[in-house]
Amino acid sequence: MHELAISRAILEQAIGHAEGRRVTRVSLTVGALRQVAPESLRFYFEIVSRGTLCEGAELEPRAVAARLRCRCGAEWELAELAFRCPACADADVTVLDGDQLRVESIEVEEEQCIAPR
Amino acid sequence: MHRTKVRVATDVLDANETIARANRADFDRAGVRVVNLMSAPGAGKTALLERVLIDGLAGVRAGVLEGDVQGSLDADRLSALHVPVTQLNTDPGFGGECHLDANMVRSALGAMALEEIDLLVIENVGNLVCPAEFRVGEDARAMISSVTEGEDKPLKYPLMFRTCELVVINKIDLLPHLDFSLERFLENLDRVNPGVEQMLVSARTGEGVDAFAGWLTAVARGEARTA
Repeated sequence: MHELAISRAILEQAIGHAEGRRVTRVSLTVGALRQVAPESLRFYFEIVSRGTLCEGAELEPRAVAARLRCRCGAEWELAELAFRCPACADADVTVLDGDQLRVESIEVEEEQCIAPR
Repeated sequence: MHRTKVRVATDVLDANETIARANRADFDRAGVRVVNLMSAPGAGKTALLERVLIDGLAGVRAGVLEGDVQGSLDADRLSALHVPVTQLNTDPGFGGECHLDANMVRSALGAMALEEIDLLVIENVGNLVCPAEFRVGEDARAMISSVTEGEDKPLKYPLMFRTCELVVINKIDLLPHLDFSLERFLENLDRVNPGVEQMLVSARTGEGVDAFAGWLTAVARGEARTA
């Protein structure tokens, strides 16, 4: 249920970047190595966004696969949980991708600019 | 009315990370090393701390920050050992969170006598999922997995097992009575966190507890592998 706390953090970031405009969409990337359930995020986000600039905004989490690199040079996508290098069995591997939990962008409504401001 | 896309590109938990760094800077200034101790409910965090604190940590002055959703049962147990204990409840006021975050720890800093200790053990809320996502300003993370929880836990809660510098396997006195295969557990652990430091203990009988005390002492002296 930490998705509640995470939803609040997403809301704060979205509002912080909205500059008073209504937010219609929040796009996220959720790495495969994070333990975040997207449907739970949507559920909580709908609740915590009520009465804010984000009310009714669609939360769009995009899943990102985990990619690892070993110091032997091998690179692979993590298909199952096994962090040793499949080539040399070394444990000293670097996560290239898939450990992120980021707000990538928001979509906001702009007033039509009729006269120059 | 038209719609515009605004780039954000920020880590969701950026605010938590910032506060965690501020906590760590405060701990560093006070000369206090910090361990974030995590596990499922009932794995034996408090029992293990009781064991190591009653015997002392070879001159290291330890304090405990006790995180619970409600109540002070664990803090009461530990304060009987005459170590400084601060209770932190995540109950209303914080929203009854299932984990500690950096801001909650920050809110408790004023209540802690940091000048009186060298090592602060933060006993997190019992939970294998949520605490793993939130750094609180710790130097190292330790988790306890008890043998009654089963062999599959590293595969079910990989983030927790992967982000720890130490995995303590507790309740080994029960091994003769269980179907638990230690070998299979260690294989699973090796899959998610190969090479992680591990130790076998029984907080009940005291077996292996010296090793945990030794690790805490090493963290306090800056000699253990840290995050």
